[in-house]
Amino acid sequence: MSTSTVETFESSLKELNISMTRTEPANFEATIESLVSSPAVGVPLDSYEGLSLSNTSVETPPTPQLLKSSETGVTPVGKAIAEYGTLVLDSDSAGTEPVGLYPPHHVGIVRENDVLETVDSVGRHLESRFAAGKSSIFATGVSSTGDMGSLVEGVHGPKNVDVVLITDR
Amino acid sequence: MSSQRTRRRKAEQLRTLLETQSESIQKNVDHLNQARYEAVNRFERFEELRSEARKIKENSIEELPSLLETLQDQVEANGGHVYLAKDAEDANRYITNVAASKDAETLVKSKSMTTEEIEVNDALEEIGVDVWETDLGEFVLQVAEEAPSHLVGPSLHKSRDEVATLFNRVFEPDEPFETAEELTEFARDYLGDQIREADIGMTGANFILAESGTITLVTNEGNARKSAVTPNTHIAVAGVEKVIPNADTLQPFVELISKTATGQDLPQYVSMLTPPVESPTIDFDEPDAPLGSGDAEREFHLVLIDNGRMEMRDDEQLKETLYCIRCGACANSCGNFQHVGGHAFGGETYTGGIATGWEAGIEDLQTAGEFNDLCTGCSRCVNACPVKIDIPWINTVVRDRLNRERAPSDFEFLVEGLTPDSEETVDLQKRFFGNFDTVATLGSATAPVSNWLANLGPVRALMDRAFGIAPERDLPEFKRETLADWFANRGSTVPEATAERTVVLYPDVYTNYVLTNRGKAAIHTLEALGVHVELATPIESGRAPLSQGMIQTATNLAEDVAADLRPHLDEGRDLVMIEPSDLAMVRREYDKLLDADAFERLSENSYDVMEYVYGLLANGADINELAEVNDSIAYHSHCQQRTMGVDAYTEAVFEEFGVDFVTSDVECCGMAGSFGYKSQYYELSMDLGSNLAEQFEGTDRTIVASGTSCTEQLSTLFRREVTHPIEVIAPSGP
Repeated sequence: MSTSTVETFESSLKELNISMTRTEPANFEATIESLVSSPAVGVPLDSYEGLSLSNTSVETPPTPQLLKSSETGVTPVGKAIAEYGTLVLDSDSAGTEPVGLYPPHHVGIVRENDVLETVDSVGRHLESRFAAGKSSIFATGVSSTGDMGSLVEGVHGPKNVDVVLITDR
Repeated sequence: MSSQRTRRRKAEQLRTLLETQSESIQKNVDHLNQARYEAVNRFERFEELRSEARKIKENSIEELPSLLETLQDQVEANGGHVYLAKDAEDANRYITNVAASKDAETLVKSKSMTTEEIEVNDALEEIGVDVWETDLGEFVLQVAEEAPSHLVGPSLHKSRDEVATLFNRVFEPDEPFETAEELTEFARDYLGDQIREADIGMTGANFILAESGTITLVTNEGNARKSAVTPNTHIAVAGVEKVIPNADTLQPFVELISKTATGQDLPQYVSMLTPPVESPTIDFDEPDAPLGSGDAEREFHLVLIDNGRMEMRDDEQLKETLYCIRCGACANSCGNFQHVGGHAFGGETYTGGIATGWEAGIEDLQTAGEFNDLCTGCSRCVNACPVKIDIPWINTVVRDRLNRERAPSDFEFLVEGLTPDSEETVDLQKRFFGNFDTVATLGSATAPVSNWLANLGPVRALMDRAFGIAPERDLPEFKRETLADWFANRGSTVPEATAERTVVLYPDVYTNYVLTNRGKAAIHTLEALGVHVELATPIESGRAPLSQGMIQTATNLAEDVAADLRPHLDEGRDLVMIEPSDLAMVRREYDKLLDADAFERLSENSYDVMEYVYGLLANGADINELAEVNDSIAYHSHCQQRTMGVDAYTEAVFEEFGVDFVTSDVECCGMAGSFGYKSQYYELSMDLGSNLAEQFEGTDRTIVASGTSCTEQLSTLFRREVTHPIEVIAPSGP
């Protein structure tokens, strides 16, 4: 992963009107607090070493009530595609899929090393997940529709998305 | 019903749609079409991925039986169920059984054309299951009780005002809905309740990966995501043709589908689900229990539909239809579709150019025959299709099959001498236009009497009754002296022995009998640039019969043309053509009509006349030998010319001359050969023409067009002479 991949990612996100906030692990909790609106629901970040939501206002584990009433949903992001600003959400038993879908605001947490250049470059990740019976979602931008006569953002999925990039240093 | 009555009913149906839906359809479809051009233009790998996608579909359909076996084993190994339904009834029986076994009261659906095809909503409602469409467009149609008019935007024939009026009437809100935001918010909340309560979620599948049992869903709203993972039971319904091998073969489609469908670089959501999914079950009746904490389990059913597809796979001509990924680009790029939409240009389920293949395969020929004539063969969809389906050809094949099934008409005696396409009979209107070369030969031999006669009131009335030739149209005026006569008397002015290059100029029917000036201009131009010109025998290229679905007649003509041109090519002459639709025959359709060698030889040595002039100038020919061009120009290129990418040469030559010119950007002039002459399509043709008229409105520029049809349409619209580009640059000569 090169710096330019992350720069590409950031500018692709910008075109989708999604802002990217860089943070080091030490400032993670403060960054999350600055982005989420209460009530917020999240998926425990077990797979992210050294990161946790337990000292934030984000409630875990998710419940149906939290899905329904939360303003913000916080989830890990498996991989990201720089070229398109795509978040690859890896479905899991903790509820990444519904938490990234139900609340009107989604905060996706991306580790710098997981940002890949192209759709092609996440092929291996997908292949191994599918082979293990797992599912993933490409989420690019916010949910939208033109079905009511003009473009409206925020339909069945989020209306706003933020990306938190966890940097190595 | 008499042919004339059928034609009047068709005209009436089209007129109604032009009055009620056209405005909304044009606005939405034009937006999608322009967005596609932009998305494709900024994507360097478009052509590469199209070829890849095409190859994957070809292989997948070839290997379909074994892929289906692999898929079934894998889904079952994952813990899901697979049912291979032979037809709609069979599929609905299985689905309603699943619903009954779950005691389902409600089912939420994401958008799926295949479920429209099998009419599963009706079957479910019959057993008392409430069905909710969660795609907002489909929801609008469910409330309005209407059918989709487009593969991707099912309700794009309805304006925001119409949706607001509908929702205000049906849902009676305290504050009437006005804006798209209010309508969206209402529908989202309303459907959100339905999704949370639903017992079953039903989705389609855009692609299915055999090796892992993964189904792929493409949406922008997020409704497929919710429908698939909120209820515990998920039923996915898809045609068998959706199966491809694995993640590797999915990649090109993910990058292509939304670029060609809506002009987005990627869809908002591509769900790649390997069900039963790992996501926890969600029980809204236990609001505070963590997700997945109950003992409910996920259940998954994959219902794969044959419904005629396996037979299509064995049909060499219709097989290509199965490669379709239903992006709707063929509809968006189609002039006729832009004006009347899928309620006219569509069958029981599918809409747009590719619908002819689908409806012929899963319904029957007659269903496809209801709208097949709306494909004029303009070929604008050819470069748009992400899997390179030759959609005009599928329409031609189906038209040919329909021709062979027709009963003879009372007016049969009028067309004695006009060959039917085989022993079977062809509709008289199609036979008239399909044999236009015979009509032109007779018309020219008896001109000007034939021209006076043809325009007499009673004759026009008979022409309308017998052939359906719109009385409003000016008829082509046949010249007594054909281009071939003129050239035979005059001969060549540049001896072959000393010429830099030699060409054989093809005198198409219009150039030979009607628009002889453009033929003379071509000869004057080429000779002024030092080229020796031979004139080929005037044999119709086969375009006229092919456009009427008369493939056998077209093949015979193509063979005659090839035989006539062979000695010229043997002499090393280049083939130069004036009429773009005939050049397109030689470069595209002859591939289907002639053997490979004959096709390659002709197509590789053929040039549009302006393309050839461009080449001559680029290789040092002296532009000062040609006319001085002082007029500014409004140029309309030709649909098939644009598909071949040849229009650029005309513009490049204008640039060489330093001409001030503007170019139109409508997909089609609306005339499209015989289409605009046919009484049932005359008004639609003029409606398309009005877009072109708008582009050049009030212009004092000289109007120039490359194609015969476009020339006729523009002459009608502007009531002034319209010439071919070659006439603009040609020097005067003997």
